[in-house]
Amino acid sequence: MTTMTIAKAINEGLRAALANNPKSLLMGEDIGPLGGVYRVTDGLIAEFGPDRVVDTPLAESGIIGTAIGLALRGYSPVCEIQFDGFVFPGFNQITTQLAKMHARSNGNLTVPVVIRIPYGGGIGSVEHHSESPEALFAHTAGLRIITPSNPHDAYWMIQQAVDCQDPIIIFEPKRRYWLKGEVDVQEAGTAADPFKAHVLREGTDATIVAYGPLVPVALAAANAAAEDGRNVEVIDLRSLSPIDFDTVTESVTKTGRLIVAHEAPTFGGLGGEIAARISERAFLSLEAPVIRVGGFHMPYPVAKVEEDYLPDIDRILEALDRAMAY
Amino acid sequence: MGATHLPSTEFDGTAVDDQLEAEAEAAMGEPPAPMVQLLCPEGKLGTHPVFSEYAEKLDPEKLRRLYADMAAIRRFDVEATALQRQGQLALWVPLTGQEAAQIGSGRASQPQDYIFPTYREHGVALTRNVDLAELLRQFRGVSNGGWNPKDTNFHLYTLVLAAQTLHAVGYAMGIQRDQKLAATSDPARTEPAAAVMAYYGDGASSEGDVHESMVFASSFNAPVVFFCQNNHWAISVPSTVQTRIPLSNRAKGYGFPGIRVDGNDVIAVHAVTEWALDHARQGKGPVLIEAFTYRLGAHTTADDPTKYRESAEEDSWRAKDPLIRLEKYLRTQHLADDDFFAQVKADGDELASYVRRTTHDLETPDIRNAFANTYVEAHPLVAEELAWFEEYSAGFAAGDSDEGADAGPGTQADTEAGSR
Ligand SMILES: Cc1ncc(C[n+]2csc(CCOP(=O)(O)OP(=O)(O)O)c2C)c(N)n1
Repeated sequence: MTTMTIAKAINEGLRAALANNPKSLLMGEDIGPLGGVYRVTDGLIAEFGPDRVVDTPLAESGIIGTAIGLALRGYSPVCEIQFDGFVFPGFNQITTQLAKMHARSNGNLTVPVVIRIPYGGGIGSVEHHSESPEALFAHTAGLRIITPSNPHDAYWMIQQAVDCQDPIIIFEPKRRYWLKGEVDVQEAGTAADPFKAHVLREGTDATIVAYGPLVPVALAAANAAAEDGRNVEVIDLRSLSPIDFDTVTESVTKTGRLIVAHEAPTFGGLGGEIAARISERAFLSLEAPVIRVGGFHMPYPVAKVEEDYLPDIDRILEALDRAMAY
Repeated sequence: MGATHLPSTEFDGTAVDDQLEAEAEAAMGEPPAPMVQLLCPEGKLGTHPVFSEYAEKLDPEKLRRLYADMAAIRRFDVEATALQRQGQLALWVPLTGQEAAQIGSGRASQPQDYIFPTYREHGVALTRNVDLAELLRQFRGVSNGGWNPKDTNFHLYTLVLAAQTLHAVGYAMGIQRDQKLAATSDPARTEPAAAVMAYYGDGASSEGDVHESMVFASSFNAPVVFFCQNNHWAISVPSTVQTRIPLSNRAKGYGFPGIRVDGNDVIAVHAVTEWALDHARQGKGPVLIEAFTYRLGAHTTADDPTKYRESAEEDSWRAKDPLIRLEKYLRTQHLADDDFFAQVKADGDELASYVRRTTHDLETPDIRNAFANTYVEAHPLVAEELAWFEEYSAGFAAGDSDEGADAGPGTQADTEAGSR
């Protein structure tokens, strides 16, 4: 058991993946000598050389498109997109090509490409550096999407993503890159199924589902609620495609109330999908409508007002109050 | 990296390099790129300082083969168009006029080379031994592919314009890595060097992916040949809307050779492509070939060319027909006689009847295939929806037997079933 940040955990996970799989390679902008703008690939080019850690031309469609070609040739590329808002030049390759290649070929071809995207706000940055576009990708069949919220998951999820034969996007909560936690690097047995949700805190009065950057916020809200005598269960979703509805359903069957929190705009977001599914699956257990806590229907606002935009403890507690009032 | 890359803002005062000056002038004045042509429309063979050597490798047997291939694919095209008109295909994308560009380039490739086509490369498919009936699966609406690319190193058709040019470069980067891995693991092992070919059109050349693919190919010196068929029209838009300069000139901007070839001259296309593939396989980097040709018919069976172009233009290109040109040459050189051409025609008719027969028989897949192939690994949402679908379908099966024999055509139950 060692302690490290999420950024370091991904770095170590990538190191292990490169060492274990000679056909794996990293591709992206500034990931070589600089080690990426968040230093997540720090030191890897020195260890594995420029054929395994590739500083690509500055072209997102080019990065994803050539990764698809490499995967068709038997390689396992891991692409870094520098920031969430810059994935869109590569959106076409991801949604029309990467997601569909296996299906279009009747299962003859596989394209095990991993795409890493630092996402979300809260770092006081300029526009296009704070977005949460996960729903746009979750809506696309053929892609898998995971998002770690702690160093242990980050270390293992990146390696599991490289092993996965399906294309997979790993959304990395950039404002948590420096969050420290324990990582068990020894036993592969400590790596949980990346597509299963985790119940982080047990409770009986309501369930809060969150993922990625909002997991610590959800936990803090549950702790605050406990001071008011409310016993709240917290689930870290971990996987956004597929979503582990079984774990959420089981929790809601017990608590009768559900709050889903994410940074992405509420409208058309994953919260709506979760609310709808849980209404179908556990309608008779629900004591209140599922309440969503998310971003507003606006482009991510300027940094000076992002505090007002981002769901925080109080916004989750307000939702909890509303749920409890039914 | 580091000190050797220190930028300088100083001119060192020496004379500007002649070559650079000439290039700058050329870029500003844009003299027309010379077009490689060996077999002229009258059927006479000319010479070229670089490519004649490659053309000489085409012995009489190979030349007859090129003719037979072009004739076969033209016959196939006629048959597929007829199938579409008869409602057997959802759409057809004809290639008539482009036979030389496709057969010439496809026949120049080696089995170990990997080809990324767009959606009109039926002639290239033929040279890669793709079963042409399988090629029709996509247009019949029973598959989004239809063949296994691994069997023939001929990738699936790509309908999103230019997307495959990047896949080609990535694949070529994979070949480079394979060579290095092979050299380190077993230096004695010699595998034939391989290259990749990416096909795209004059319209697609405007897509950003083509630009990005050329930047990547150039930066990594990837063994890839870009094969642009400039057939002058992107549906209804002429190539002048896509470019002010010969498309082959663009290669210069990326730092690799660009060759404009007469795309209706199968001998020149073969020679140029063989040269380019050799160049790529030898580790010398990418090449762009622009095959200057013409789409004689409609863009697809959904198109009406009379709305946007003059028939005189088509007529002028008919005079450059790639088949007639080679036929003239074969006859004047006494390399083929009436019997040969009669045999080619008979073989074409046989191919057409085979395709017609097999197309009718292409079986409609079960939608369960789509459930099975959306992901490689098990996915709970797919499993859940499949389970729902099975139950729903089973409900109808039970319903059918309940309602008994007298629920004949036109009944309420039938109408409902028909609209689901
Ligand atoms: C990204 C994209 N945009 C638009 C289309 C619709 N489309 C299909 S073919 C075509 C014209 C293509 O022209 P060109 O690249 O010259 O190839 P050609 O069909 O002439 O062989 C268009 C616009 C498409 N398939 N993909």
